[in-house]
Amino acid sequence: MRPIMKKIEEGFFKALMLACTAAVFVCLALILGTIIVKGAGSVNLDMLTKTPRGGYYLGKGGGVLNAIVGSFMLSIAATAAALAMSLPLVLYINVYSKHSRLASFVRMSLDILWGVPSIVYGAFGFTVMMLFGMKTSLLGGIAVVSILILPIMARGMDAVVALVPDELLDASYSLGATRFETAFKVVVRQALPGMVSAALIAFGRGIGDAASVIFTAGFSDRIPASLFEPAATLPLAIFYQLGTPFPEVQNRAYASAFILTLLILSVSITARILTYKFKKT
Amino acid sequence: MNMARTRVLKDIIASGTMRFVAVACAALAVLMALGLLLKAWPVLKIKPIYDILFSRSWSPMKGDFGLFSFIMGTLWVTGIALVIAVPISLLTSVYLSEYAPRALKEYSKPLIDLLAGIPSVIYGLWGVVMIVPLVRDLLAPACGSSSSGFSVLTAGIVLSIMILPVIIHISIEVLQSIPSELREASLALGAGRWETVKYVVIRKARPGIVAANVLGLSRAFGETMAVLMVAGNVVKIPVSPFDPGYPLPALIANNYGEMLSIPLYDSALLLAALVLFVVVICFSAASRYILHRLRVRESV
Repeated sequence: MRPIMKKIEEGFFKALMLACTAAVFVCLALILGTIIVKGAGSVNLDMLTKTPRGGYYLGKGGGVLNAIVGSFMLSIAATAAALAMSLPLVLYINVYSKHSRLASFVRMSLDILWGVPSIVYGAFGFTVMMLFGMKTSLLGGIAVVSILILPIMARGMDAVVALVPDELLDASYSLGATRFETAFKVVVRQALPGMVSAALIAFGRGIGDAASVIFTAGFSDRIPASLFEPAATLPLAIFYQLGTPFPEVQNRAYASAFILTLLILSVSITARILTYKFKKT
Repeated sequence: MNMARTRVLKDIIASGTMRFVAVACAALAVLMALGLLLKAWPVLKIKPIYDILFSRSWSPMKGDFGLFSFIMGTLWVTGIALVIAVPISLLTSVYLSEYAPRALKEYSKPLIDLLAGIPSVIYGLWGVVMIVPLVRDLLAPACGSSSSGFSVLTAGIVLSIMILPVIIHISIEVLQSIPSELREASLALGAGRWETVKYVVIRKARPGIVAANVLGLSRAFGETMAVLMVAGNVVKIPVSPFDPGYPLPALIANNYGEMLSIPLYDSALLLAALVLFVVVICFSAASRYILHRLRVRESV
């Protein structure tokens, strides 16, 4: 009797596990399917090439070019700023000050920052901006998003740079190179694909985040002409368009979601291919 | 000689700069905590923290900033998300790590990471399109109650799907970090595969799996956009899963723009942000500490 019970128990749990795994993948398929089915049909050239006209949110003509351009400006600048912070940081804790207490303290702080919700970044960023008398602007958005993606980028880079073997550093030192030269000419070259992939993942996170930019970059129907003008972003465009009661405008929200998803998927797949290549070599 | 000196000088300057950048970035977390505390101070000075956290009366015009309804909204939403996500993620990660054929294992990992990379506003949109009607037309009537569809249950379902990839990713790493000798020893003693999983693998992996779930919990706690879009946002303590709720992050996102016209409003909202910050940091620090000790790479 008991072996039979065992068999039944194992069979039951195996079926349950299979069902759960299937459910997870079905959810992924449902999300992508919904976005594609609802969005792809509503995408047209106007969506991609025009900014909102008067009465756009009531169903009149125009597109989300303002949000597409705004998102790119904001995330590219934020990624560059985050890179300018994480590159020295990562090289410092992996070349200059390897295995030190400072290095583990920096890693721990980055992990903590990683967990902070983006709305808290947004609220904090807005407060700091008010302190300096700044209004919602592209610059404010860039500053907050760069800090939001800093831990993602820095920890991602840290993970690949830490894999560079110590022997390589020793070989470089024994040839008379300084630590600075070793860091930028040997370590960076060795870990480059992985570092690019970390930067891409961070870019993807930055372009998809809405809660951090809602009060810092604000929203605008025009493409920002300077750093001090508010800028629209795709996630917020989706949010606002979906919030209107008009089906035509909601369809545009689906179309914008389709554009954003396509963007993020291509970034994330590129990052994955780079990681794969890095692991192979 | 001169060239060597410039090289060394360069090295020293770079070292100083890089050290400064590293320390400055590391100090950001502390800076943020201090900034939030500083801004939340005016409202804390007027009323003790206990009064604010556990008072239900929310009328900013009269200076009442009771956060209790919002805290309950957050607890309902995260609670439901966890009830759904914990068993599903456990069974999925055990399957993918212990039972699945090699090919499925290889292909499922990038797919799960893909799921983790989808922005929250997309999850929110999906929730509005799919889960809201599901709750309104199917689940609520089936339970003999009525709902607009914008409810804490809807938000919980959407959140659970958002945190599933995070929990599964880390749980698989934890399960795979368990030495195969342990499994072999158990199998050699005559235990079946399921018994090995049940009595050896899961028992050994328990701290790591708990840590993975706590990390997922902290993610759910601070999630804003998706929740804002489907939770209903009515200032009331939910009494059933089909009631609308108003979680803390949604409160901040909805009102941060208008707060400047009402005295102390900004201070109260930043107190809400501070509460989120402290809770999330405690949870994520605890789970990262456990994962670090287990030497599991936890970057998701």
